[in-house]
Amino acid sequence: MEHYTMNLTLKVWRQKNKKTAGKLESYKVENISSEMSFLEMFDVLNEQLIIEGKEPIAFDHDCREGICGMCSMYINGQAHGPWQQNTTCQLHMRAFKDGDTIVVEPWRSAAFPVVKDLVVDRSSFDRIIQAGGYISVNTGNAVDANAIPIDKKNADDAFMAAACIGCGACVATCKNGSAMLFVGAKVSQLALLPQGGPERESRVLNMVAQMDVEGFGNCTNTYACEAECPKGISVANIARLNSEYLKAGLSTEEN
Amino acid sequence: MALNANIPPGEMDKKWNDYKGHVKLVNPANKRKLEVIVVGTGLAGASAAAALGELGYKVKAFCFQDSPRRAHSIAAQGGINAAKNYQNDGDSVFRLFYDTVKGGDYRAREGNVHRLAEVSTSIIDQCVAQGVPFAREYGGLLSNRSFGGTQVQRTFYAAGQTGQQLLLGAYSALERQVALGNVTMYARHEMLDVVKIDGKARGIIARDLISGNLEKHFGHAVLLCSGGYGNVFYLSTNAMGSNVTAAWKAHKKGAFFGNPCFTQIHPTCIPVSGDHQSKLTLMSESLRNDGRIWVPKQKGDQRNPKDIPEDERDYYLERRYPAFGNLVPRDVASRAAKERCDEGYGVGTTKMAVYLDYKDAIIRYGKIEAGKTGLKNLDDEAIIKLGKEVVQEKYGNLFEMYEKITGENPYEIPMRIYPAVHYTMGGLWVDYELQTTVPGLYALGEANFSDHGANRLGASALMQGLADGYFVIPYTLGNYLAEEIRTTTISTDHEAFLQTEKEVNARLTKLISIKGTQTVESFHKRLGKIMWDKCGMARNEKGLKEAIHEIQQLKLEFWNNVKIPGEINEFNTELDKAGRVADFIELGELMCIDALNRKESCGGHFREESQTEDGEAKRDDENFSYVAAWENNEEGWTLHKEDLHFEIVKPTQRSYK
Amino acid sequence: MGITGLFLILFLIVHAGINACIFLNDNGKTFNDVAHFMSHNWIMRFLEIGLFSGLILHIIQGLKLWSQNNKARPIEYHYNQPSKNSKWYSRSMGILGTLLLLFLIIHLSNFYVGTKVALYSGDQYHNLFEEMKEDFSNYWIVLIYVIGVSALYWHLYHGFQSAFQTFGINHKRYTPILKFIGITYATVICILFALMPISMFFKWIV
Repeated sequence: MEHYTMNLTLKVWRQKNKKTAGKLESYKVENISSEMSFLEMFDVLNEQLIIEGKEPIAFDHDCREGICGMCSMYINGQAHGPWQQNTTCQLHMRAFKDGDTIVVEPWRSAAFPVVKDLVVDRSSFDRIIQAGGYISVNTGNAVDANAIPIDKKNADDAFMAAACIGCGACVATCKNGSAMLFVGAKVSQLALLPQGGPERESRVLNMVAQMDVEGFGNCTNTYACEAECPKGISVANIARLNSEYLKAGLSTEEN
Repeated sequence: MALNANIPPGEMDKKWNDYKGHVKLVNPANKRKLEVIVVGTGLAGASAAAALGELGYKVKAFCFQDSPRRAHSIAAQGGINAAKNYQNDGDSVFRLFYDTVKGGDYRAREGNVHRLAEVSTSIIDQCVAQGVPFAREYGGLLSNRSFGGTQVQRTFYAAGQTGQQLLLGAYSALERQVALGNVTMYARHEMLDVVKIDGKARGIIARDLISGNLEKHFGHAVLLCSGGYGNVFYLSTNAMGSNVTAAWKAHKKGAFFGNPCFTQIHPTCIPVSGDHQSKLTLMSESLRNDGRIWVPKQKGDQRNPKDIPEDERDYYLERRYPAFGNLVPRDVASRAAKERCDEGYGVGTTKMAVYLDYKDAIIRYGKIEAGKTGLKNLDDEAIIKLGKEVVQEKYGNLFEMYEKITGENPYEIPMRIYPAVHYTMGGLWVDYELQTTVPGLYALGEANFSDHGANRLGASALMQGLADGYFVIPYTLGNYLAEEIRTTTISTDHEAFLQTEKEVNARLTKLISIKGTQTVESFHKRLGKIMWDKCGMARNEKGLKEAIHEIQQLKLEFWNNVKIPGEINEFNTELDKAGRVADFIELGELMCIDALNRKESCGGHFREESQTEDGEAKRDDENFSYVAAWENNEEGWTLHKEDLHFEIVKPTQRSYK
Repeated sequence: MGITGLFLILFLIVHAGINACIFLNDNGKTFNDVAHFMSHNWIMRFLEIGLFSGLILHIIQGLKLWSQNNKARPIEYHYNQPSKNSKWYSRSMGILGTLLLLFLIIHLSNFYVGTKVALYSGDQYHNLFEEMKEDFSNYWIVLIYVIGVSALYWHLYHGFQSAFQTFGINHKRYTPILKFIGITYATVICILFALMPISMFFKWIV
C-alpha cells in the first residue's frame, strides 16, 4: 500500500448546544497521513484548535473499531462517509486525496436532536427498545440452552439482524428519517427465534408505536438505509417487521 | 489491616451452594425500599442492574456513553466459556476451574474461580433465553469451539461478535427493567466520587456530561462495574473512553487496589502505524488456531514476505514451544514476539511486527474441501480458491477488518501483528462477596481483581462479567442489604454529600483554571510511553524505578501546565478526558510500585530478573504467592497481603514446551 | 399506500386493455363499444366509485406521508449525496405522483368529462375514438401524454415491488420474480399508453 500525506479543507458543523442555531465552519489540516483513521484526523484538528485557544469540535466516538455504534458523522453527503459497510471510525484517510474539501455534519433527524457540534442525542433508540426490544425472562428462569433446537438458518438470520450497532446511520440516510431498519432488525431477531414467540404481537405493536411517538418518518422503500448500514443489515428485516406488524395488527384484541 | 476474603468453609465444590443456602435474604417489601447504584453498563453492570431490578431493588445505573449499549464489552470478539460439556469431550466444572487457576499462573483465588466455573453453565442458559443468537450446528444445537489453547471445546460464540451479542442481551434485559420502572438510567453521566457515611458507601457524585452539572445520588450500596484500566498505556485495545476514574476514586476513598501491575498484553493486534495512532485493534485470538506466526531468519530482511522461502522463515513459536506451538497462552506468545522484534527480526515499516500467515491453512483447508467434494486432479490455484472460501467463512469479518485498517489483503499477504494491551487482571480488591474494603462498595467484572490471577484465559472475561452480574451479586448483595433495611434513604443534603461534592467541584475548578500550554492528549501519550517502555511486556527494577520518578514528574507538570479549553458547566470532552488522565497518572505510579514489589515473573508480569536459563518466566511461590492489595493514604501506599492457599490445584511451573 | 397502489395497478390493466382495442384498426368500433359498455353498465359505474375512492385515498396517504416525513428532518443536510445509496425514482415517488395527478386532471378533463357530459346529455353514442383522434393531432397534447406516461412508468417501476415489501413480502427466491413482473408490467402498460397518442399523432391509426 502506497502511503502519502495530504492537506485538506474541512467544513464542519458547529453548534453550541441544543437551543442555538449552528453553521458550517472551515478549517485547514496539513500533513495528514493516508494511514490515519478519519477520527485520528479529527484528533489532529482538535489538538490544533486547542493550541490555538479555540474550542475543539465535539464528536461521539468510543471503541474506534466499528462495533460500539457511537461514532456518527455525515461525511461528504454520506452517513459514515464514502466506504460501504463501514463506520466513521473505520474510515481511513486513504479514501481522500490531497486538496480535498470534506463536509462533515451531524446526523439530521427530529428524533436525534443535536447536543453539540457533531454530537446527537439518540436516546430515542433506547426508548424504542424499552417499548419491547427484549424477551421477558428473569435471571435464573432459563431452561437448558440446548433444550430448544433452533433451525440454523433462522439462528443465522437472527444473528445477522442482531448485528445492528444502533448507530442511527439508517435514520440519518433515509430521506424520510425513518427508523424502520433499526426497529426491523430487532423485531426480526426476536421473531426468528422461538424464545421471542410469546411476546411477538405486543412487541412489534409497541415498538412501532414508540417509533412514531419519537418522530421518525415513514419507510418508502428507497433502501438507502441498507446501502449505508455499516453492518449491512438487510431490508428483508423491514419486510419482516411489516409482516409481523400486519399480522399482529389484525389479530390483536386490544385497541 | 488483616484482609479477610470471607471464603465460605467446606469443600471447594460445595462452598457456593452452602453459601447460597445460608445467605441472608431481603423480603420483597423491603427490597422496594433499598436503593442500589450501579456504575458502568457493560456486561457486569448491565447484568447486575437488570438482575437487581428484577429482584425488586430500586436501581440507578450510570454510564458515560450516550447509551448503555455502547460499553466496551461490546468489542469482545472470540467467545464465552462455559463448562457445559455439550461436546462430550471431557469438560467439567472442575476442568474449567482447574484451567482458569493454572492459566492465571496461580495468582487467583480458588474459591472465586470455582464459583465462576459453577455458574458458567447458567450464563449460557440465561443468554439463550434472552434471544442471544449464538452459533448453531445444523441440528439446531449450540456450536462450540476451542479457544485460547484449551484442550476441550467449551467456547460459545456468535461469529466474531460474541461480546456484542451478549451485551445487547444484557442491555435488553436492562432496558426492560427501565421500562418497568425498576431501573433509572443515567446515560452521559460520569461518576466522580464515592460518598461515604459512617465508613459505608452511601452514594456517588456524578457529573452530567451534557450540562456539566454535578449531581448527588444516594444508594444503600454502590456497585462499580466500570471495567479495566488498559488505557493507562494510552495505546490499547480499550475504547477511547474506558477509564479508571470510578475505581480510582473508590481506591482513594479506602478501597484497596489488588495486583495493579497484572496487565494482559494480547499477542494478535494490528501494529502501530505511526505517531497519530489513537488506539489499537485486536484481531481475535482464534486466528492463532489456523495461522502460523513467523519472522524472517535474517535480521532486517526487506523482502516481500511472499518472496521469503520456507527455509528462511523462523516459526519461532513452533520452534520454542513444540507442544503448543502457535497456541501458547497469551502472555507467552506476546513475550516471544517482543523478543524477536527486540532482537531485530521484526517486520513492517516500524519493525515492530511479526507475520501471521494463512498460506498453509488455506492450502490445508483447500485440500480438505477438494477431498470432501471428491474433486481430483485440482491444480494449486483451484485448491487455494477452495481454501480461501473456508477461511473466509471462519474468519471473514476479521480479515475484512484487517484490510480496512491496513489496506492490505490478508488472503494474499501475511498479516502483520504485534502485542497490545488488552485487559487488566488487577483491579479493586474484593472478597468472596465482591465487596471491596469499603462496606457497601462492590466491584464487579474487569473492575475487580479476583478471578484471573496473573493472566486471563481467552473467552473468560465475558464469563466473569456476566457471572458477577447475573448470578453472584444478586445473592451476595442481599447478604449486606439484609442488615440495611432499617437505614432509610439518606438525604443528599447530608453533610457528607455536600462535602464530597465540594471536593469534586474544587478539583474540576482547579483543572480548568490551570490554563497551561500542553494538551491533555499529550500528557496521556507521554504517560503511555513511560508505562509501555518500563511497565509493559517486560519489567526490571531499574526501569520501574525510573518510571516511578518520571510519572511523579509528569504528575507535577500536568497539574501545572495542562491546557483545558471551555467551561465546567457545559459539554466539555477535554475536561472529561483531563480528569481521567489525571487518575491514570496516579494509577501508573501505583502499577510501577506494584511491579517493583513483585520480584517474581508470573503470568502477564515478566520481571527480567526472574527468568529461567532459556528465557522463560520464573514464578516464586515461596515469596509471592499472595495478592498485593494496596491501601492509599497520606504518604502514598501501604501494601497488604492476602496469602493464597491452593487446596485443590497445586502450583506447578507452567510449561508449554 | 401499498393496498391502494396495487388496487390502482389492477385498474390500469383494464384501462390499458380497453385502450389496446384501438390497435385493432377498425376505425375505433370495438373501442367505442367497450367504452360505451364501461360508461353505461351499472356494475362498472359502481366500481368507478371504488376506483375514485382508491385514488383519493392513495393521494391522501401520500400527502400524509409527505407531511410526516418532512417533519422527521426539520434541518436538511447542507451537502447530501443520496444518489450514492438509492435510485432517484424511489426517492421521487411524491414528485412523480404529483406529476401524475396533474396529468390525470388534464386527462380527465380531456376525455372523462366529455364522456360524462355525453352520458347525461343523452347522447346515445359518444364517439370517444374520434375525440381522441382530434386531440392527439395536437403535438403538445401528445407531449403532455408522453411525459405523464413516463412519470407513470417510474412511479410503477418503484411502486409495484415496493408494495410487496410493505406487505412484508421479501423473499430470496420470490422477490426477484416479483420485481421482474413489476418491471415488465410497468413497461408493457406504459408502452401501450404511450403508443396511443403517438400512433394517432403519426396517423398510424385512422
